[in-house]
Amino acid sequence: MGSNMAEAHPVGFRWPMKAKERGATLIHVDPHFSRTSASCDLYVPIRSGTDIAFLGGLINYVLTNDLWFHEYVLAYTNASSLIDPDYRDAEDGDGIFSGFDDKAKKYDNRSWTYKGPAMEGPEDAASHSGHGQEGTSPAKHRPDRDETLQDPHCVFQIMKRHYARYTPEMVEKITGTPKALFLRVADILTKNSGRERTSAICYAVGWTQQSFGPQIIRAAGILQLLLGNIGRPGGGIMALRGHASIQGSTDVPTLFDLLPGYLPQPASFKPDGSLDDYLKGATVNSGYWSNLPKFMISLLKAWYGDAAQKDNDYGYDWIGKITGDHSHIATATEMADGKIKGFIVFGQNPAAGSPHASFQRKALKQLDWLVTVDLYETETAAFWYGAPERPNPKDIKTEVFLIPAAGPAEKDGTFTNTQRLLQFHDKAVDPPGDTRSDTWFVYHLGMRLKALYRDSTHPKDQGLLSLTWDYLPERPDPEFRIKDEPSAEKILKEINGYTVADRKQLKDFEHLKTDGSTACGVWIYAGVFPEEGKNLARSRQRTPGNYVEPDWGFAWPANRRILYNRASADPSGKPWSERKKYIYWDAARKRWTGPDVPDFPQTKAPDTPARDDGTGMDKHSGSDPFSLKPDGRGWLFAPSGLKDGPLPTHYEPLESPVTNLLYRQQSSPVVNRVPRPDNPISAPGDPRYPYVATTYRVTEQYLSGVMSRWNSWLDELQPEMFAEISPELAGEHGITNTDWMVVRSARAEIECRALVTERMRPLTIDGRTVHVVGLPIHWGYKGLVTGAITNDLVELSEEPNVYIQEDKAFTCNVRKGRLT
Amino acid sequence: MAVEREGGLDLGMLGRLGMAPQPMSRESIEKAPRTRTADKVVASVCPYCAVGCSQLVYVKDKRIIDIEGNPASPINEGTLCPKGASTYQYLVNPNRMTTVKYRAPYSDHWEDRPLDWAIDRIAERIRDVREASFVERTPDGKLINQTPGIATLGGATMDIEENYLIKKLFNGGLGVVSIENQARI
Repeated sequence: MGSNMAEAHPVGFRWPMKAKERGATLIHVDPHFSRTSASCDLYVPIRSGTDIAFLGGLINYVLTNDLWFHEYVLAYTNASSLIDPDYRDAEDGDGIFSGFDDKAKKYDNRSWTYKGPAMEGPEDAASHSGHGQEGTSPAKHRPDRDETLQDPHCVFQIMKRHYARYTPEMVEKITGTPKALFLRVADILTKNSGRERTSAICYAVGWTQQSFGPQIIRAAGILQLLLGNIGRPGGGIMALRGHASIQGSTDVPTLFDLLPGYLPQPASFKPDGSLDDYLKGATVNSGYWSNLPKFMISLLKAWYGDAAQKDNDYGYDWIGKITGDHSHIATATEMADGKIKGFIVFGQNPAAGSPHASFQRKALKQLDWLVTVDLYETETAAFWYGAPERPNPKDIKTEVFLIPAAGPAEKDGTFTNTQRLLQFHDKAVDPPGDTRSDTWFVYHLGMRLKALYRDSTHPKDQGLLSLTWDYLPERPDPEFRIKDEPSAEKILKEINGYTVADRKQLKDFEHLKTDGSTACGVWIYAGVFPEEGKNLARSRQRTPGNYVEPDWGFAWPANRRILYNRASADPSGKPWSERKKYIYWDAARKRWTGPDVPDFPQTKAPDTPARDDGTGMDKHSGSDPFSLKPDGRGWLFAPSGLKDGPLPTHYEPLESPVTNLLYRQQSSPVVNRVPRPDNPISAPGDPRYPYVATTYRVTEQYLSGVMSRWNSWLDELQPEMFAEISPELAGEHGITNTDWMVVRSARAEIECRALVTERMRPLTIDGRTVHVVGLPIHWGYKGLVTGAITNDLVELSEEPNVYIQEDKAFTCNVRKGRLT
Repeated sequence: MAVEREGGLDLGMLGRLGMAPQPMSRESIEKAPRTRTADKVVASVCPYCAVGCSQLVYVKDKRIIDIEGNPASPINEGTLCPKGASTYQYLVNPNRMTTVKYRAPYSDHWEDRPLDWAIDRIAERIRDVREASFVERTPDGKLINQTPGIATLGGATMDIEENYLIKKLFNGGLGVVSIENQARI
């Protein structure tokens, strides 16, 4: 669901196809019949934007028919935990959960927490979710429980009531999926889950690019926990990410609200005034996040070196603190309003690839200067003369630099793939001419800036001057022309971490300390470079007899390939079945073992009781597999960490041709609609925009086209922008295949060729026909082939937890012909 | 990393498969992939989607002559998709930029500029905006050491080492907070 894997991740899709050859059943639930659908056993159409209704229907089916994995759910999830009696479900609030502040359009989620002994002090900060830093209230670590699951306030009962209306009939009405097909999916999935069998769910941006994306993924998480499909081989939820190292850029990260390794970014709106305050607020005393102070202090030592000392909070104050939302969309609006003056873009192309792309281009005009670093001239670099608005360069003040960048074979470095696997790529040749790696650019820019500030004694400049920045190799590789290229391995060694005194590489993150004696750039990556000369990202060994292939690359954390794999054994440590044996307790050797690295303290016996008086992992028992959660359990109900509800519930997308059949509350009440005159969002059922539009990729082009539309081989395969529409919709507008047509949203209109195909099927939504228009996203005004920018049609909006826009379901109209 | 590849056609194998060998020209028989004459073969990773297919980069006379799937990888077992299989043209392409392009304010054209000049100038521009926009404390006195006038974007297409340096320099060194990448879209 939410992924066209055969098209967007073709080589990854070889593995589901191999499983199919061995008897696995593949199901594709998608608004658009694609190459993936054609390869699956079952194609299930769905209206874009209604995934929670579909998944909620499956959850209801599992609960109603008593098909959940009892032993797993009771032991490993929070099904039995009691929730605060003040909690009121969206089912009782017409689509609104308790704690909603109608004026601020925000939830106070104190009533979503566990019922149980109030935990004073640091435990109260158990809201750690990585993303979504603002306004989440604590989860008490030791909830009251009712193991019989009968208490009306227990998670199980709340969930049962919450999903009771998600019947197969309701699913059909909302999603357009025929009831019989929905029931076939439910039947296949539940029969293929349990002790002997597991099922996996794959998703991609089809889920994330919605105004409730994280809640769709949560719904899949609930379903997989109920079926016992998490932490087990062949199970799980696979995020199919879209770029070679987008996982890496999320981990390291180049994101505003996180420090490396999912540590919260210090913020002015939290009590983060000093390092102590920050650690108090961010540390969760129960579970693995109890180690956060080690991660943070080691990070500060890695960044600021000898200047980071206990008496100056290890340089904590030098980190720029966030004061609100500085996400990509918020930044674009600040840019349009003239508040951002300088913009540096590395290998990204907002003028074509970001939502409401014409707005992005307008924002670029307000900059004093723009630096783009890329292999090719991008739409972003060329906005001042090439944009479809036909700008007059003489009116545009922006100074523009285009820095030519190197590709992977022209530099050493590491990508983190979609399975959290770090793989090093070796430099084969020098990049051409003045082309340089981004490492080179950032390193030398840093050196220039340090030189510019060299004589400053102002406190605000001491962070920059103290920044450890020693990355040139001891001896440049004599084979290559460029002698001042920084060493990627030196950076990777800092990322891995080392002891400060003797600069020895750290073996793993268990060795990190809070006393400033260790430095570590990204704690979750510790172990990738465990000793001098041993770069495990560069390990390219096969391991005969072990299908986990632990010696090919390095998977964070600690080279674990399946997270939470303690759950692959039953509470007593035995495999759930011989067929699904993975990690289990070896009673003779008194340790966890199996083909993977156990995601559990190696020698902690399954019958170890939780210790209330202990700290960290001691507070978890030997059968609590979810070590990052304060209660060690998988969360069916999320007592903290989310801003839009503890249980996924169906809302319509911001733009929808229909009204919400479940609630008067049409769409998520806490989405930021970025209200401004240049960002109109059409009202539900607006007759001017009667169709659902959705966006996607094709195999032969890539994203906004920078990496593919300069490539003649790929352009021959997919030369031109098109819209996929059904014969019925084409008939209504007199459009025939390959005609020019115009697609219009409340933001823009674009022209492209019509691809009239039965792959697009009209859906019946609550008795009326709804058409879907499919739009690939790959064209722009630079490159060997050019075409309309689909992202011009998309509105700016921010999902409340992760600030992402809604490309996957907005409304549009179509007509035959061209733009005039 | 050396890779042994058989060149030419094995006529005996065709016979073993029960296929009658067709008459062939000497040219066809002697044809061999150009990768056989490479000076070196270097392991790389596909730059497109996040599957992480391993690639082999064939180099001759310090130039890339071909890029293929790496058969040793458990991820892709030598296969590549159409994009991965065209990585050669992503790198070896006359349309690539090889010099710094500069467009002055209100100008209607690009100019070539030296790399050193560009880095110096960009560093100065960063310093100037930082100095003009830096906020040491919020109105209510909280220390934030923030540079609100600068933003960076990217990059999920880049190495983790590159991303690490961006976050470290811009947030840890300069106080820039709007640091974002494709993970947000």
